[in-house]
Amino acid sequence: MRKGLFYIPLVLFLGLSLFLLSGLFSDPRERDSAIIGKPLPAFSLPDLMNPQQQWTLESLKGETFLLNVWGIWCPTCNAELAYMSQLRNEQGVRIIGLYYVLPEDPMFGEVFDLATLQKDVQSLLQSFGDPYQFNILDRNRRLSMDLGVSGAPEHFIVDADGIVRAHHIGDINPQVWRSKLAPIYQQWAAKP
Amino acid sequence: MKPLIALLLLVSFSVLADGNKELLSFESEEQRRLYAQLTAELRCPKCQNQNIADSNAVVAVDMREKTHELVQQGYSRQQVLDYMIDRYGNFVHYQPPVNRITIWLWLLPALVLLALFLFQLKRRAGQTALRYRSDQSAEPAPSAAKAELEQQLDNIIDRYRSNKP
Repeated sequence: MRKGLFYIPLVLFLGLSLFLLSGLFSDPRERDSAIIGKPLPAFSLPDLMNPQQQWTLESLKGETFLLNVWGIWCPTCNAELAYMSQLRNEQGVRIIGLYYVLPEDPMFGEVFDLATLQKDVQSLLQSFGDPYQFNILDRNRRLSMDLGVSGAPEHFIVDADGIVRAHHIGDINPQVWRSKLAPIYQQWAAKP
Repeated sequence: MKPLIALLLLVSFSVLADGNKELLSFESEEQRRLYAQLTAELRCPKCQNQNIADSNAVVAVDMREKTHELVQQGYSRQQVLDYMIDRYGNFVHYQPPVNRITIWLWLLPALVLLALFLFQLKRRAGQTALRYRSDQSAEPAPSAAKAELEQQLDNIIDRYRSNKP
C-alpha cells in the first residue's frame, strides 16, 4: 500500500505530460462544427459570373459536391486552386465555389463593383486553375454565417440530399484530402 | 508653440477617429445593455480568445451586426445565444454548458480537494499513532546497551577529572 502511494506523483506527472504533449499536435482552428448532419440552410443567391442565374438549395441537390468558401483576397485560397483543379480534372470531384465578399469600408472609398470582381476572379482562375463548376456570390455573407463559416478557406462536403457531411476549416492539400476528406466524399458520392 | 498646436491637432483627430466606430442606435437602454453583454460573452470563431466586441475579424463584425439586428427585433439573450450556437457551436459562447463532458470542469477540482483532505486526514492519524507508540516505548527501563554507554561516559569523565591538577 505504501509502495503504491509512492508512485502517485510519478503517474500524475506522466499523465499531465501526455496531456500537454497532445496539445502540441492539436490544431487550434479545429472545432466541432454545428452543421454536420444537418441540411444546407435554405438560400437564394446569384451566380458570380452570371448574376441573372439564381442558385437555391434545391438546384444544388442531386449530386455530392464540395462547397469551397473562398475569395481572391485570400492567399491560402489562391494557393489551393491548383490542387483542387487537379481533383476536378483527375478524380472528377464536383466543386462549387461560395464567393466570400469582404465588407467594403466606405471611409476608404471602397464600393462593391461586380464587373471588376468578375474580371479579377477570371484572371486569377486563368493563372492558377479553375476547379469550380460555378461560383455562388455571397454578397453579404449571410449564407456563410448560416453555415458557421469563420473565414476563408473553408470546405463542406454536401451529399445528394443537401445534407452537410463534413466541414473542414483551412486549405485542402494532398494530405488533408487523402486522410480526411476523400473518404467522406467518396462514401457519399458512391451512394445511388 | 508649434509643437503644442500639432499635439492639439493630433489629439482632436484621434477623437475623430474614435468617432468612426460603429454608431448603433437602440430603441431602449435595456437593448443597448443586452447588446453590450452579448458581444462581450460571444467568442470570435476566428480570433480565438477574443470576444466579438474586441475582434475586428470579418466574422466578428458580421456577428456584431447580426446581434444588433436580432436585439433590435426583440430577441432575448438566450435566443441570440441559441442563434449563434446553432451556427458556430458551443465554442462561440464563453460559458460552456454543463453536460457529460464538461461536468468534469466543475467536479475535478472538488474531487482533488476532497482527495487532498482525506490524504491529510489519514497522514495525521498515522502520525498520532506513531507518536503514541514511541511515547510508550520510551517508558520501559533503559536497556543493557544504554547502561553500558552510561558507564563508559562516567569512566571518561572520571579520567578527565583525575588528569586535572
